[in-house]
Amino acid sequence: MHPAYSVIFFTTASGAGYGLLVLAAIFAVSGLMPAAMWLGLVTTGLALGLIGGGLLSSTFHLGHPERAWRAFTQWRSSWLSREGVLAVVTFVPAGLFAIGWVFLGTTTGFFGWMGALAAVLAVATVISTSMIYASLTTIRQWNNGIVPVAYVVLGLMSGAVLLEAVTRLFGVHGSHVDVVAIALLVVGWVVKIAYWRSVDGGRSKTTLATATGLGRFGAVRLLEQPHTEENFLMQEMGYVVARKHARRLRAIAQLMLFVVPLAATIAAGFVVTELAVLLALVAVASLAVGLVTERWLFFAEAKHDSMVYYGR
Amino acid sequence: MTSLPKHPPAKRLGLAIDLDTCVGCHACATNCKEWNTGAISAPLTDVNAYQAEQRGVWFNRVYTYEVGGEGPQARTVHFPKNCLHCETPACVTVCPTGASYKRSEDGIVLVDHDKCIGCKLCSWACPYGNREYDEHVGVMKKCTLCVDKIYNQNLPEVDRVPACVAACPAKARHFGDFADPNSTVSKLTRERGGYDLAPETGYQPTSKYLPPRPGQRGAAAPAAPATPALAGAGRFLKWVDRVLTR
Repeated sequence: MHPAYSVIFFTTASGAGYGLLVLAAIFAVSGLMPAAMWLGLVTTGLALGLIGGGLLSSTFHLGHPERAWRAFTQWRSSWLSREGVLAVVTFVPAGLFAIGWVFLGTTTGFFGWMGALAAVLAVATVISTSMIYASLTTIRQWNNGIVPVAYVVLGLMSGAVLLEAVTRLFGVHGSHVDVVAIALLVVGWVVKIAYWRSVDGGRSKTTLATATGLGRFGAVRLLEQPHTEENFLMQEMGYVVARKHARRLRAIAQLMLFVVPLAATIAAGFVVTELAVLLALVAVASLAVGLVTERWLFFAEAKHDSMVYYGR
Repeated sequence: MTSLPKHPPAKRLGLAIDLDTCVGCHACATNCKEWNTGAISAPLTDVNAYQAEQRGVWFNRVYTYEVGGEGPQARTVHFPKNCLHCETPACVTVCPTGASYKRSEDGIVLVDHDKCIGCKLCSWACPYGNREYDEHVGVMKKCTLCVDKIYNQNLPEVDRVPACVAACPAKARHFGDFADPNSTVSKLTRERGGYDLAPETGYQPTSKYLPPRPGQRGAAAPAAPATPALAGAGRFLKWVDRVLTR
């Protein structure tokens, strides 16, 4: 599948924003993060900024962005619509939670409940995003139970790496942040390896033989495609990354997404404060590159069944 | 509404496409483009129409396959493909806006171009690759089964068939109601063993394909060698010989 940059940015940025929102809400509500104004402003501002920026960028690949509001109407049948509705609804408790933290200096009581509600809705939104892909039976690499797990875990993991940087910058870092970040980085790595093993092992049930129904007469081979040049379908769905590059890019994704942030997060616990802040920022930068590579591969490695008609 | 009709449509309109008689002339695709670029789906945009990297919206595309490997069993099969107007089309249910819908009266799957936001998700959900994005208009387009032609009271009744069916010189395309067991398409499907494309997808296409007939491989006698006495004869004498031996 063609990896559209707007969609890559949307899924990675909003995933990280929702992950940060979930963890910040949990820590703030349980008293593990102080209800201080500037800390609250940066944390919730970063989370809501990533979410908002991601959602905005997702409208860039639309043919008619001005009609995007229509996408809130079909939540009964469409995961894309459900995601849109949940994303907007999440802003209400998340905004109230942020107002309580930043302007009223409280993250308990009503505002605590708003934080908890925002966290639940954030996870639901990320699951909906993942189900847009996982529900498509036409793309074997996406129609996989590990896809929603990976989206949720990678979102939380990105949020944890961001939270490391924020808490270290404000000098409110505690070992609980390390425990969560390191655990999520390890789980994320395991999930991603499990996903790659799963998609590498399978084969699509649809072949040129079944798609044309001509398999009964023997081997089917494309002799002539309908048109001499690439059409929309081939450009949108015929995008395939060479195996050689896929392997190399998977290695880069693992290094940048898991190995570097893990090493930096662990090392930060053994050095002076200033160096620890720097290491936490290195982890964030590496994570960003790793996430984009991972998400690019998620699209580029996915093969659409309809491409068999074109002999691909 | 992108939920599917609660009850199966009263009529199930579709095509029965005969792979035995299709000659691969692309007349169906050409007439489809001609009708639909002036009808409710207008325009069917072409990008770079007169230069390299030409691409455009076509509801009907004709593929050619080689079947049965090489040798005497090999055959060439021309394979026209357009929307199959499935019974359970996920291209409809994934639509977030309500632009995609399946008509409850006749089962035709359509896009409301005034509601479509151009997210392309429906094209991802179609296992047959039968939805086409119009990048100039910014909306998804697809075969309408010529809904603006088949019900058009201003046309003589004989012309109220999809443009692809009207154009086919080999009568390889048949239009009708699959819910009616006595329709031509239902009869042909029964008699010829009409089948679904990629049945494993579970989309339950309405339109069917009629398989190529077995053919008469090796039945024709090899061409007789020229009579030795005629070896030196001119073209006229050879022609006389051919006519007399017939």
